[in-house]
Amino acid sequence: MTDAVLGGTGTALINILLLAILFVVAIAIARLRSLFAIVMLSGVYSLVSAAWYILVDAVDVGFTEAAVGAGMSTAVLLAAMLLTARTAKPEKPFSRIGPFIVCAAAGIMLLYATIDLPPLGDPASPANSGVGLTYLQVNWYDTGVPNVVTSVLASYRGFDTLGETAVVFTAGLAVVLLLGFGERSLADTLRRAPKSGTRPGTVHKDGDGT
Amino acid sequence: MKGDHHMILRVIAKCLIPLIVIYAFYVQFHGEVSAGGAFQAGVVLAVALILNALVFGLTATMRAVPPWFTRSLSAVGVMIYAGVGVWAMLKGGHYLEYQALFGEGPGGHDGQHAGIIIIEVGVLFAVSGALTTIFYALAGRVAEIRDEDW
Repeated sequence: MTDAVLGGTGTALINILLLAILFVVAIAIARLRSLFAIVMLSGVYSLVSAAWYILVDAVDVGFTEAAVGAGMSTAVLLAAMLLTARTAKPEKPFSRIGPFIVCAAAGIMLLYATIDLPPLGDPASPANSGVGLTYLQVNWYDTGVPNVVTSVLASYRGFDTLGETAVVFTAGLAVVLLLGFGERSLADTLRRAPKSGTRPGTVHKDGDGT
Repeated sequence: MKGDHHMILRVIAKCLIPLIVIYAFYVQFHGEVSAGGAFQAGVVLAVALILNALVFGLTATMRAVPPWFTRSLSAVGVMIYAGVGVWAMLKGGHYLEYQALFGEGPGGHDGQHAGIIIIEVGVLFAVSGALTTIFYALAGRVAEIRDEDW
């Protein structure tokens, strides 16, 4: 079943390759101390997982992961990195043994849960047989929109999407309330031409808070 | 600045940014027929601005697209979305019932198409405005990104 959907060993090999890259990148992120490298590697992680989502036919999820994970959050993390030190503090060995045990236990439980997952593309799986099937059947008559994802998001679940939009707006509002609009630095930069030699972060300590 | 040793970066970014913006609008207006939609388009649009800020400097970007504009854009986007719902209610339907926008019976699709396109414009405004505002808030706290910082 899975092989028939995935298209044989070639796709399986690509799957294994992508997951192996994800694994290596995750280990590298955990071991690195340079924040710049970590931010870049997390972008790589998002991009590789986006490729993997495409491979399992989750096109919209892959697209969102590429745009948000690889594009947006990398840029935002870079901007956040400018406000702090460039390297993480070195840690004592075995200082994180508790979190490691929690992670390992959660991982083992997730692996155990995968036994019950339906195979990829199974038409009898809960996601495909319940309300999902109904949407596919009535969508064309109801909305006339070819892309069912769009019609579900925007029309059937219009309330949810309105809520999501409000969440994005509220997130922007919350960041602005915490950090300010960033306009003061603009005014500062415009007033005096940017002089090199001053440390960023110390320049505006006096009048930067909101 | 001691010589423009970022020239390749600047030239390539100058070529790429318009393409990224066009791609954002492509994703936006093809949301009905292909993968992606207004959320993704909004993120791509915001990323084009952020790339501009990273390569050409935050000050230049803030002059071109001022922070008051991005935060208003975000609020206006949510209002457009919510406004479509009110429009449907004024026409006698339920909140966000696109069928009622033009008073169509079942099987009529004009209201659905119009409603979805308008709310997607609202989502585009809200997402791109909010993300750009977040970036401005974070990046605006340091005066200028210097080469040594990388």
